[in-house]
Amino acid sequence: MTVMQSTTDKRQPPKPFPVIRVENLVKRFGERTILSGVNLEVYPGQTTVVMGGSGCGKSTLLRHLIGSVWPDEGHVEMFGRNLCEMSEAELDDVRKRFGILFQSGALFNSMTVGENVALPLKEHTDLDEDTIEIMVRIKLELVGLRYAVDLMPSEISGGMKKRAGLARAIALDPEILFYDEPSAGLDPVTSAEIDQLMMDLSSKLGVASVVVTHEMDSAFRIADRMVMLDGGVVLKTGTRDQFEAIRDGESAGDETTDLIRQFLRGDSAGPITERRKAGGYEQDILDVAEGRYAR
Amino acid sequence: MAERRVNPVELIGAAFLSGLQYTGGMALLLGAAARWTVAGLFTRKVRLSRDAVAAQTVRVGVRSLGIVVLVQMFIGVILALQMAPPLSDFGQEAQISSIIGVAGFRMLGPIITAVVLSGFAGASIAAEIGTMVVSEEIEAMEAMALNPVRFLVVPRLLATLVATVLLAVIADVMIALGGFLTAKLVLGPEVYSQYWRLMRDILEYKDFYTGLIMAAVFGILLSLIACYEGLKVRGGAEGVGRATTMTVVYSIVAIVVAACVFTVIFYVFGI
Repeated sequence: MTVMQSTTDKRQPPKPFPVIRVENLVKRFGERTILSGVNLEVYPGQTTVVMGGSGCGKSTLLRHLIGSVWPDEGHVEMFGRNLCEMSEAELDDVRKRFGILFQSGALFNSMTVGENVALPLKEHTDLDEDTIEIMVRIKLELVGLRYAVDLMPSEISGGMKKRAGLARAIALDPEILFYDEPSAGLDPVTSAEIDQLMMDLSSKLGVASVVVTHEMDSAFRIADRMVMLDGGVVLKTGTRDQFEAIRDGESAGDETTDLIRQFLRGDSAGPITERRKAGGYEQDILDVAEGRYAR
Repeated sequence: MAERRVNPVELIGAAFLSGLQYTGGMALLLGAAARWTVAGLFTRKVRLSRDAVAAQTVRVGVRSLGIVVLVQMFIGVILALQMAPPLSDFGQEAQISSIIGVAGFRMLGPIITAVVLSGFAGASIAAEIGTMVVSEEIEAMEAMALNPVRFLVVPRLLATLVATVLLAVIADVMIALGGFLTAKLVLGPEVYSQYWRLMRDILEYKDFYTGLIMAAVFGILLSLIACYEGLKVRGGAEGVGRATTMTVVYSIVAIVVAACVFTVIFYVFGI
């Protein structure tokens, strides 16, 4: 895989102004509160990893960041502006400045890989067909899929679909990239390749990346900053070094840190498993044995 | 489990409210599609893909040509054979061509075509869009600032409108032909020798174009319902299956109700 050279030879120091800011985000679906007061900042040129167990709200949080879902309380700011206060046209302008890699790639199945990558260029730029075709091939070469340009999504593997989805996400040279579980369903080598791509995009093009994942190996490889979510609340935000310190450190009696440590290490015993156990299991079985259940 | 007594007032109310919500949602979708169509025709910023409309017209219209031809031919045969005995009691057997002409051009051509298309095209559109919702393709489109109404609904709406009208014309011809073949092969020279003359005598232009107006409305209705059901899908394969079924059911109901409304209007105004 070749990597596109940055066109600027002097990288500016990271701007302190966050490119995304989430303040007190609350989201409920019916009776359930999925997110209760989430605060988050994403800075340009950095990779922010959002992690947590299943059902912690990270996918919902991601959907708020891309403007698919609206908060019940709190707000999401992107490029300094509140998403909820924008008109549809302004939202569309913002959407052209970020790209998303969905979990399954979300390629349009009625078009070839090349046509998928070309679509944002065709619709949002005035470039002529030849230039678009060149750019499509450049993006596909970046993800190592130039040979697949005329294949249909049904003809390629899951890993290739993700890479094609990534090529489409970077078609307009976005300033922010979102990744929803990029390693899900991939073999270790392909997963590492995608991680390397993500790091290259971040370091060479200054793209801010938000990665939702629970693959710890991948997370520690790519992260500059990490955010740990649990039960709809942010347990901790910090640099990768800080999280590595927790992972490699020893228990000091603080349950939150112990919980984070169990997650980071992937231990089978710890506060998370204790929490799951406290569900009245023995009583439930006894009730059934004595016929006390509704059926 | 405690049983909940079902309150009939509540049921009626719920049905009414959900019907209202459905109609409102469809009206909004139609409005959005109309806005995009007008924008595509009259402004340079919005480009409507002619390729997409053409592709959809082939899929909806060209592919269903065979089945429409077949079905309508049989309708013509059925009409002829069913009407011949009661008419011959009055000695008016030859008039079957008048009846076939009026019934076919005004009613059966448009309605049967639309019903066939709701199964053939409506179900497949609903399934296709529903599957796109389930596989996050619609969400991806929106996140890429591509409006799904503009890219998916408008081409299908326009294509179905055009296809339904054109197929209704072909249907009219096939019904008449089916009747004629029955007359030639079964009913005898007193009938078939006057067949085309009597049909030409009774038919007026308004019989033809009222049928086409109805066909156009049916086409819009069935594709709108299909797109709406597809976009509303929640819950994986089961949701897609449900959407496909409900598309056909609601389309047929809507077509028949619309036909009735048109018939009353035409009757009252003598059209």
